[in-house]
Amino acid sequence: MLKAGSVKEMIQQKKKATSSTSVIEKAVPVLLFTAAFISVLTTIGIVFTLIIETILFFRQVSIAEFFSGTVLRPLSRVEPQYSILPLIMGTMMTTIIAMLVAIPVGLTTAVYLSEYASTGARKVLKPMIEVLAGIPTIVYGFFAFTFVTPVLREVIPGLASTNALSPGLVMGIMIIPMVASLSEDAMSSVPNAMREGALAMGCTKFEVTFRVVIPAAISGIIASFVLGISRAIGETMIVTIASGSTKNFTFDVTQSMQTMTAYIVEVTSGDAAAGTTIYYSLYAVAMTLFVFTLTMNMLARYISRRFREVY
Amino acid sequence: MEYIDIDRVKKRMDKRLFINKMVKGIFFASAMFGLVVLAILLYRVIADSIGWISMDFLTGLLSTSAERAGIRGAIIGTLWLMAIVGPVTMILGVGTAIYLEEYAKKGKIHSIIQTNIANLAGVPSIVFGILGLTIFVRLFGLGASVIAGGLTMSLLVLPIVVVAAQEAIRSVPSHLREASYGMGATKWQTIKNVILPASIAGILTGVILALSRAIGETAPLVVIGIPALLIPVPTNVTDNFTALPMQIYYWTLDAVLVAEYANLAAATIVVLLIVLFILNSAAILIRNKFSKRY
Repeated sequence: MLKAGSVKEMIQQKKKATSSTSVIEKAVPVLLFTAAFISVLTTIGIVFTLIIETILFFRQVSIAEFFSGTVLRPLSRVEPQYSILPLIMGTMMTTIIAMLVAIPVGLTTAVYLSEYASTGARKVLKPMIEVLAGIPTIVYGFFAFTFVTPVLREVIPGLASTNALSPGLVMGIMIIPMVASLSEDAMSSVPNAMREGALAMGCTKFEVTFRVVIPAAISGIIASFVLGISRAIGETMIVTIASGSTKNFTFDVTQSMQTMTAYIVEVTSGDAAAGTTIYYSLYAVAMTLFVFTLTMNMLARYISRRFREVY
Repeated sequence: MEYIDIDRVKKRMDKRLFINKMVKGIFFASAMFGLVVLAILLYRVIADSIGWISMDFLTGLLSTSAERAGIRGAIIGTLWLMAIVGPVTMILGVGTAIYLEEYAKKGKIHSIIQTNIANLAGVPSIVFGILGLTIFVRLFGLGASVIAGGLTMSLLVLPIVVVAAQEAIRSVPSHLREASYGMGATKWQTIKNVILPASIAGILTGVILALSRAIGETAPLVVIGIPALLIPVPTNVTDNFTALPMQIYYWTLDAVLVAEYANLAAATIVVLLIVLFILNSAAILIRNKFSKRY
């Protein structure tokens, strides 16, 4: 038999335990929300630092000069000039070259994996191709600078030791797995009934792929291209190492060109004192870069959602 | 009168079949292209590093003389970086994932946080570097220290952990959850004792993948001003440090001046790739070994 006192004690103990449990139950969601909120704070932090310093930059340099001039000469003592166009040009040229590699190779790789390869071959090939995506970009930079550029110089005599062509090509190789893997996902989700229907009508496999599967998966495929472009725009180390730091406003990819990302690296590693125009220009360029990539990413999501065929 | 021109049909059929056969070869070649480049890249790096990787190289300190230079500082710096990024992303990432999967109602806040994480995953790493430079290095006055670098990297790889942890938590079947509630467990007790143990394999895989991304990232470190000079080996979180990718970066740039630096860079790349290989194998192992099927 239990004594009356011990029952009372037990009840009290139970109450105590319940109240501490209920405190924990109430505290946990708050703590977890704080953790989740840090990712929102990160975005707010990025946007605010970029906006504030960019505004300070535009107090010293006019927006018109920044977006319409063609000369970027931040270090000139006599007459420094700040225009982002040479950097946008550099970014655009390397990105175009990269996508000229990544889109055809990535898409055909996806077609092979999704439509032609046997299950066994796909299981082996896919992870191997994805290894390419796991290699740090600094390694690609080393590869572009010490191997691809010297090899290309044998073929193209006028090629400078730092140029836009070689990092563009290497960046394209880096993006292949991204395009291939996302496009393959899109193609794999096209139902087999559609393929079988086309085959039954007498189409060859090639015709099935290009007339049925690719059109049906086009939203995912285009989204993968757009994400690839965004990746190429934001890529830093390959272009910093292999494309040099000449702020050229030119279409000539055999010459050194600086991208937006490479400019940021150059300025930050040059110890620009806080408060100088060069220092603020860093944020204006980063802001432009951020807006470009964010737009691309949102566009990709919009395309894959808006134009997705649901079966 | 013939309705079908056999010759024309045959000609057209032959053409279609020929294209069909030819493209298969093209597709295969293109799938192989990436692998061939990968093989060349690895071959180049390994060939350049032969003779340069030794115990002295791994344990030696940095030196301007290529023959005596070692990467002990960079290895220890990278380890320090991992020591920050691992716990920070684990706590924040898993916390965020639990909040999104278990607590947040599917409404505005949920979709804001979720969209925000998707957007953060697409922000170029160099922009995170600028955030780190402005907030951690300058505003908080942490300098180019282990803690500043670690926190910057943590924010950068956080989305990887969140997404992996969310998937892991989502894959825990609801009957486990209901059984726990049925036994009288509270929500947090259920999460702590049932859901987290059941999803730990997926969470760890995500953390390891995030770590392997963090140790290869260079751009944010360059931006926050991590040097590759002769600095003392870091002994606590406020010390300056250097890391493997930084070492590769400076040696690659300086290879124009001293040709042997290219070999040192290649040797450091081999070390970095071996570390990445080990980490990724561990992730695959954990996923295969500990992931339960319900």
